[in-house]
Amino acid sequence: MARITAGVASSHVPLLGVASDTGKDRDAYFGPIFSGYDWTRRWEADQKPDVIVLVYNDHASAFDMSIVPTFAIGCAERYKPADEGWGPRAVPDVEGHADLAWHIAQSLILDEFDMTIINQMDVDHGLTVPLTMMFGRPEAWPVKVVPLAVNVVTYPVPTGNRCWMLGEAIARAVASFPEDLNVQVWGTGGMSHQLQGPRAGLINDTWDNAFLDAMVGDSDAARWIPHIEYLRETGSEGIEMVMWLIMRSALGKTTRALHRHYHVPCSNTAIGHIVLEPVE
Amino acid sequence: MTGPTDIHAYLAELEDIPGTRVYTAARARHGYWLNQFAMSLMTAENRAKWKADEAAYLADWPMTQDQRDAVLARDYNRLLDLGGNIYFLAKVFSTDGLSFLQAVSTMTGMSVEDYSAMMNAGGRSPDGLRSKKEPN
Repeated sequence: MARITAGVASSHVPLLGVASDTGKDRDAYFGPIFSGYDWTRRWEADQKPDVIVLVYNDHASAFDMSIVPTFAIGCAERYKPADEGWGPRAVPDVEGHADLAWHIAQSLILDEFDMTIINQMDVDHGLTVPLTMMFGRPEAWPVKVVPLAVNVVTYPVPTGNRCWMLGEAIARAVASFPEDLNVQVWGTGGMSHQLQGPRAGLINDTWDNAFLDAMVGDSDAARWIPHIEYLRETGSEGIEMVMWLIMRSALGKTTRALHRHYHVPCSNTAIGHIVLEPVE
Repeated sequence: MTGPTDIHAYLAELEDIPGTRVYTAARARHGYWLNQFAMSLMTAENRAKWKADEAAYLADWPMTQDQRDAVLARDYNRLLDLGGNIYFLAKVFSTDGLSFLQAVSTMTGMSVEDYSAMMNAGGRSPDGLRSKKEPN
């Protein structure tokens, strides 16, 4: 049977992709960010996951305002990097795992999550930057990916509690997939950042670190954080952290932290990264 | 389940944050064509047409004149007021060759140098900026 062996959370700032693609990832500005992922790269090389269920948000790339799915799951064989206004990133295509994706999609719908199914889309920095952070610059990505896109742009976005429940349902879906697969769930985005208006540049390291703390152990307190708290405390784009809750709850009742990294700034954003494993 | 949420109280709270325009359904409706125009800049072919004649390009989109003027002026705070969303507007400033940091700084009243220095020093504190009603 397929099993969820670990969870990873990471910011997905587009500038990190630029830094990697232009060889600046070890310079004075980006070195302290990328070095916080060195442990994870070695660990991933050792873990060799078969599939990542990669929770992310599309930033007006695959979805324009004509369709705004709250939860969408990619069931395609392959995804191309999106052209976000400066040409597509020169990174490998992302290979899907259509069998597992369709299994999860069907299972979630029967579990009363009304998923949007995507058979064709391009994937933007929300998805490709975390792959870069965890795997560097390979010829081909060493894993297959099931993209799970969450609307965190147009309000209301899903509640933290709903995200938590979705993660639990993903865990049930993966556990009922007959093939023996090593599956990780990644939650991406955040941490504190605001990209708009006179309040732009907001960073809240105290709140961010309390949120990182909340990912570890057996508390489910983070699921009850209301949207307004993310907005007030972490800036308008800090709401992306609801996606971390999907990863966290997919790991079951209790987690242990294997690695943790926090750095300010990257562009307008606080970088947060944590690696978790489920504790039976 | 958390039980039904009072939608009016929920939406009112979203307007209580200083210096912030949360991308609500109301803004999304107002800014629909503005954002769809911005999305069109995701292809090299459209970017070339846009750069050749911005005003003519905008004339093909059913946007308000206010929206067109604000796009031409790259007045991003005004564009937020007119229903623009930053991830859509990013297609405009990316086409201009601006980074997120450069473009975002223009909304703060700070020079890009001062804004960048603020970020390098740890960013803007939320203290005093959590609520319009209760400065804290």
